[in-house]
Amino acid sequence: MNRFIARNGPAYAFLLPWFLGFFLLALGPILASLYLSFTRYDMVAEPRWVGFDNYVYMFTRDRRFWKALNVTFTYVALAVPARLIMALVVAMLLDKGLRTIGVYRAIFYLPSLLGSSIAIAILWRQLFAADGVVNRVLADFGIPSHAWITDPNTSIYTLVLLAMWQFGSPMLIFLAGLRSIPRDLYEAAEIDGTPKWRQFLRITLPLLAPVIFFNLVLQTIEAFKTFSSAFIISNGSGAPADSLLFYTVYLFNEAFKFFRMGYASALAWVLLIIIAVFTGIAFLTSKYWVHYENERD
Amino acid sequence: MKTSAIKSGHPLSEASKLDFEIDEAARMAHVLRLKRERQQRVGRLLKHAFLIGFSAIMLYPLLWLLSSSVKPEDEIFSTLSLWPSQFMWGNYVKGWYALPQSFTVFTINSVIVTSLSVVGNLISCSFAAYAFARLTFTGRSFFFALMMMTLMIPYHVVLIPQYVQFLKLGWVDTYLPLVVPRFLASDAFFIFLMVQFFRQLPKELDEAAMIDGCSPFKIYWSIILPLSLPAMGTAAIFSLIWVWEDFLAPLIYLNDIKSYTVPLALRLFLDQEGQSAYGQMFAMSVLSLVPVVLFFVLFQKLIVRGIATSGMK
Repeated sequence: MNRFIARNGPAYAFLLPWFLGFFLLALGPILASLYLSFTRYDMVAEPRWVGFDNYVYMFTRDRRFWKALNVTFTYVALAVPARLIMALVVAMLLDKGLRTIGVYRAIFYLPSLLGSSIAIAILWRQLFAADGVVNRVLADFGIPSHAWITDPNTSIYTLVLLAMWQFGSPMLIFLAGLRSIPRDLYEAAEIDGTPKWRQFLRITLPLLAPVIFFNLVLQTIEAFKTFSSAFIISNGSGAPADSLLFYTVYLFNEAFKFFRMGYASALAWVLLIIIAVFTGIAFLTSKYWVHYENERD
Repeated sequence: MKTSAIKSGHPLSEASKLDFEIDEAARMAHVLRLKRERQQRVGRLLKHAFLIGFSAIMLYPLLWLLSSSVKPEDEIFSTLSLWPSQFMWGNYVKGWYALPQSFTVFTINSVIVTSLSVVGNLISCSFAAYAFARLTFTGRSFFFALMMMTLMIPYHVVLIPQYVQFLKLGWVDTYLPLVVPRFLASDAFFIFLMVQFFRQLPKELDEAAMIDGCSPFKIYWSIILPLSLPAMGTAAIFSLIWVWEDFLAPLIYLNDIKSYTVPLALRLFLDQEGQSAYGQMFAMSVLSLVPVVLFFVLFQKLIVRGIATSGMK
């Protein structure tokens, strides 16, 4: 026992804040939220056990839940690939033969830092408003103006564009990945007369696979968590016609506008499971398409 | 000389023939190289042209925000030009006092929350990272895996129980729910970032210090931390920017307008949208971004390296 303390004491002392945080702010709340998800709870009366009612209602009768899933999945499916492709293309442009890369890199990265702020969400609302700049530019090309944000069919695309605008951080990760690909591979391919597109398919993509995988997992989780910009652009409600009813926005409203804490907890758990499943799939399938450099002998 | 010899059909010695072929090959190579260099130059120029145009598109929204903040109200939506016909600096003054509380209050609030959070993050996360990266203890890989898993958990999942708990503690409408979690290493990103960095430092440092009788805390404080200033700087800047821009937690925990942070205050402008104070709203939006841009410009190197090594958002 004494030896255990002597061996582990200092480390556990350093970990104490994290332990406290983990139990009080992560594990405890997750379990509490699992419990609450089986109750009806309005913060006034004590939680009342209702079994699987919340989940049954959610999957069988709650249209807004399905709408929220639909909106969020659409967003993830559009925004993540768009952002990653953009990041990869620009990273490859910046990677080769440019000495002034620093300035471009800074300009392209800046939106990533600002993008999730309220100021930018406010700006985005105005850019795509009926009398906004975007319509004015389109008018010059003879395209009739359109209420991008208040039309339920187009509102989601304004948020996808906002996500694309913030391609900077995956771009930086791609740049670091591209740097680590040995140059002589390209030189050898060049001598053999391999066309560029085949160099991309046979050298760049396979060697970049771990980085692409990493970015994909990270960006997908991020995209599922999107909240502030959707909240601001949709006036906090998911409007118009629930077309911006992001899952997180729906959850927030159930919890803090209608105080259906039990139901919101059930929503939270479904979100957790969705994200866990996606991360799990990514990791399970990774061995088929991600090969790490040091695995080869 | 030789060319004319060939043309006129004079017999050539083998040697001069070879000479000629070598010359010819060299000339061809030279031409090819010039051509390739020209192609490369043209390619580079095209690339620059594209990148400059693309930069302009990327920056346009920000420039539009900046210019709209000093434009006369009727010009904001009526013209594409970024240059205002007259500069309405008054937008900044009027915007500062446009809400029931002035932005002096909101800024002070944001500064309090942000600075406390940054300090909390740095202390608690570097503690945890030091243990994970430099100490051996029972259950290290298990706890490390747990820590990495918390990276995945959406804040929305822990939000409701946390809120209920903080409400019972009487912490709602104080800064405690925003600040205390940061002293408990709740932003696992920074632990990960620091672990990555701490691991690169040579193990011999700790061993030598241990032999000299240094305690683990002494090693942390006088060896690891001083050598990890870049990592600490990166973590400090990121946590500063993220806390400064944080919206969800303040939205939930702060109800009294006197305790609002800047992002919450900005949202109030939207509720008054009908009163057409766009210029003021944009002016305050610009001001809210100034610290972020400033820190980005000053510490770009740390930020770029931080992302490249840890892959943060």
